[in-house]
Amino acid sequence: MSSTFDTVANIIAETCDIPRDTIKPESHAINDLGIDSLDFLDIAFAIDKAFGIKLPLEQWTQEVNDGKATTEQYFVLDNLCARIDGLVAAKGA
Amino acid sequence: MRLEYFQLIDRIVALDLDARTVKAHAKIPPTSTIFEGHFPGHPLMPGVLLIESMAQTSGWLIIGLTKFERMAFLASVRAAKLRTFVSPGQALTVTARIVHEGSGFTITKAAIEVGGKVVADSELTFRLTPFPDPNLRAGMKLVAAAIDFPMTACG
Repeated sequence: MSSTFDTVANIIAETCDIPRDTIKPESHAINDLGIDSLDFLDIAFAIDKAFGIKLPLEQWTQEVNDGKATTEQYFVLDNLCARIDGLVAAKGA
Repeated sequence: MRLEYFQLIDRIVALDLDARTVKAHAKIPPTSTIFEGHFPGHPLMPGVLLIESMAQTSGWLIIGLTKFERMAFLASVRAAKLRTFVSPGQALTVTARIVHEGSGFTITKAAIEVGGKVVADSELTFRLTPFPDPNLRAGMKLVAAAIDFPMTACG
């Protein structure tokens, strides 16, 4: 069974045509991988489907825009995967 | 269909918010300056306008689901297929269904039939935002009334 990171990295590689080996847990989806907001919608769609969750992108964007959170908290892949795991756990609770 | 106003849907004939489906009718006008250029001697409904008609139909479904609280802006067109020529004067039946409702975005699959035969289909992604201007929301409500959008279905 693949890890959350492997699943997310594979999704990003396939969706954005980014070499899989350049995608690291410490990669920032926007700053390091150059993923724009439209591509991130495709990624979110694939993540939602793969994990049976709904990434709260609107809430995250609002928090970043309001200065209550940084993009690193949501878009560094390690952090993104931790949030996905949290959403999956909450769904099963 | 009023091409000059980019109003590509004539009438919503079915809206099922539980099933997340919509059906619309649209009649392509027999004449338009568009057909003088596309193409001289061989008038065809442009494929981009067929895609737009699928987008507008999808958009009405999304607006219905959000009870006129969100505007749907077309963001991505995937796997659009224009399967045959569509000509001035033809009657279109446009259908759409929700594939995924994400956070701030929605994906639909839409199709156009002429005479029971699919002539175009596509998967469309929309960004959803609060109406950026109250006039837009008011304008959409006016269009909704003109195309028989069932406001009662929105509660």
